[in-house]
Amino acid sequence: MRWVALAVLGAGLLAVPAVAGRYELSVLILVFQFVLMGQAWNVMMGYAGQLSLGHALYVGLGAYVPALLWLHLGVSPLIGVFAGMAAAMLAAGVIGWLGLRFGIEGVYFALLTIAFAEIARVAFDHLAITGGAGGLFLPVTPEGRASWWMLDGGPVFFYYLTLGLAAGATGVVAWLARSRFGFLWRAVRDDPVAAEALGVNLFRARMQAILVSAAMASVAGVVVAFYYRNLFPGQVFDMSRSLELILAPIIGGLGTVMGPVVGAALLTPAGEALAALVQELGLDAPGVKAVAYGLLLIAVIWVRPSGIWPWLAKRLGVS
Amino acid sequence: MTAGLLLGVVVQGVMTGLVYGLMALGLSVIFGVIRVVNFAHGEFAVLAMYAAWVAFTQWGVDPIVAALPISAGCFVLGFGLQRWLVSPFVGRAEHEQFILLAGVAMVLVNLLLMGFGPDARPVNLPYALDSYEIGPVILDKARLVAAAVAFGLTGGVIGFFRFTRTGTAIRACADNLLGAAVVGLDVKQLYALTFGIGLACVGAAGAMLVTISDASPVLAHGFTLQGFIIVIIGGLGSLAGALLGGVLIGVCEALAGFLWQPSMKSLFSFLLLVAVLALRPQGLLGKRP
Repeated sequence: MRWVALAVLGAGLLAVPAVAGRYELSVLILVFQFVLMGQAWNVMMGYAGQLSLGHALYVGLGAYVPALLWLHLGVSPLIGVFAGMAAAMLAAGVIGWLGLRFGIEGVYFALLTIAFAEIARVAFDHLAITGGAGGLFLPVTPEGRASWWMLDGGPVFFYYLTLGLAAGATGVVAWLARSRFGFLWRAVRDDPVAAEALGVNLFRARMQAILVSAAMASVAGVVVAFYYRNLFPGQVFDMSRSLELILAPIIGGLGTVMGPVVGAALLTPAGEALAALVQELGLDAPGVKAVAYGLLLIAVIWVRPSGIWPWLAKRLGVS
Repeated sequence: MTAGLLLGVVVQGVMTGLVYGLMALGLSVIFGVIRVVNFAHGEFAVLAMYAAWVAFTQWGVDPIVAALPISAGCFVLGFGLQRWLVSPFVGRAEHEQFILLAGVAMVLVNLLLMGFGPDARPVNLPYALDSYEIGPVILDKARLVAAAVAFGLTGGVIGFFRFTRTGTAIRACADNLLGAAVVGLDVKQLYALTFGIGLACVGAAGAMLVTISDASPVLAHGFTLQGFIIVIIGGLGSLAGALLGGVLIGVCEALAGFLWQPSMKSLFSFLLLVAVLALRPQGLLGKRP
């Protein structure tokens, strides 16, 4: 039953570009990006219980490193993505090491992650090689000569790319959740003292989750860089980015495989529809979408702190 | 570069830092007693800035004078917020509290954005250019008055917690919640009072901040972060620590802006934070838990 539902969903998603227009595709691409980033955050917070509010750092490094390699050395982003991943994991390793070795936990740890994202923002603002605050622009290849190995293509190409990445990330999380890692992470999250007494190495388990999460987030960065083709430190590393990407997993359901998917699928189109509606009504109100997200966040944490998916799954009988 | 010039920059940093300190004091009080992270702290500071801007442009009220009623308004807001919204989240998982207040922050700052637009709103005080000259140091009048009032209010809050019965009762809640409840303290009421006092601090500080910076919604995140950095550097639960942390950050930023580039000044606060977290996580004046 479950597999049939997944197969139908998959076939439906593959067929979408045949019927959807540019706008619908752009919204779905956004949904898939949020699934990918949400799954990354889900690994660290949902499974391992480490609150990070600075994931924009990993996405940003994953965006800047491949973009710079491509611009200056002509390296394909398909190779550059691994360099971006390495940079993100290095940063995550430093933050994780600081946090875990010095016993910086909970809110303090979250603040540490914000601090590093902010340091990166200010540093990138002043680095000449990244274009500084003026931004980094990736030139578009003329029509017809666009090539997939340079991650250059139209909306349909990016639709399938982000769909594949979102599905892949969800698959990875589904596998991790059932693997030894998943059990160790949940044990460490739910009761670190008991886990340690049973011989779990807390440092190693948490560090693994942090590194996996950063690596996954950095992949989303490549899409950010090569889909939008411009990068500004003030946007890429901004705290609102870090907050934006945690909405889907929280609203969908932390520590569940489908939570980030459900959250992103509900939230992003709803936000876009609201923004479109406001524009239709002729109101010039740039904050409406965010106010709605904020109210939704408050409502969900009041009514269903464990998210929508666990409740929905029970209703549908698929838990 | 003369020593006098440098001294002037340091004094300026101290004055700004005193206002920052009052803002952070609010955060420290809430965090220290209720153990809830007020992630909307900077948003309330910006709310107070806009209130001061409205008071000044509509009725010509000096922001330093307006700080008092704005502070009282924030007290009521904080009392209600704790009573009706935050109270059920006390003692819940940290990330749930955080998400609740991040939601409040999002709503608040975007309502301000919708109401006042993205442009910065300046308060042009008639005495903005007045200054006192003491030896080689030049003191802005506006900043000096704001700093003096902030220092006085900080002292008042510390005195309240140290010497009054209610203040002592709130400290009892912070030290031993169960014990406080056992001896018959109305913890819910005291928590609401604490949140109110916390927001009163940020309200007063925010109103006075318009003498230093133009009101704008984009400031909110930065104020929240700065408040946290100050509290952690000074030491959580130490009220004098918030004052010390505020002055340190104020001086640090003023020096960085003067010696290097103004746009890089926040870098130094963050580096200072990382250093304190790694070397002395309880903060400069905090006690080891």
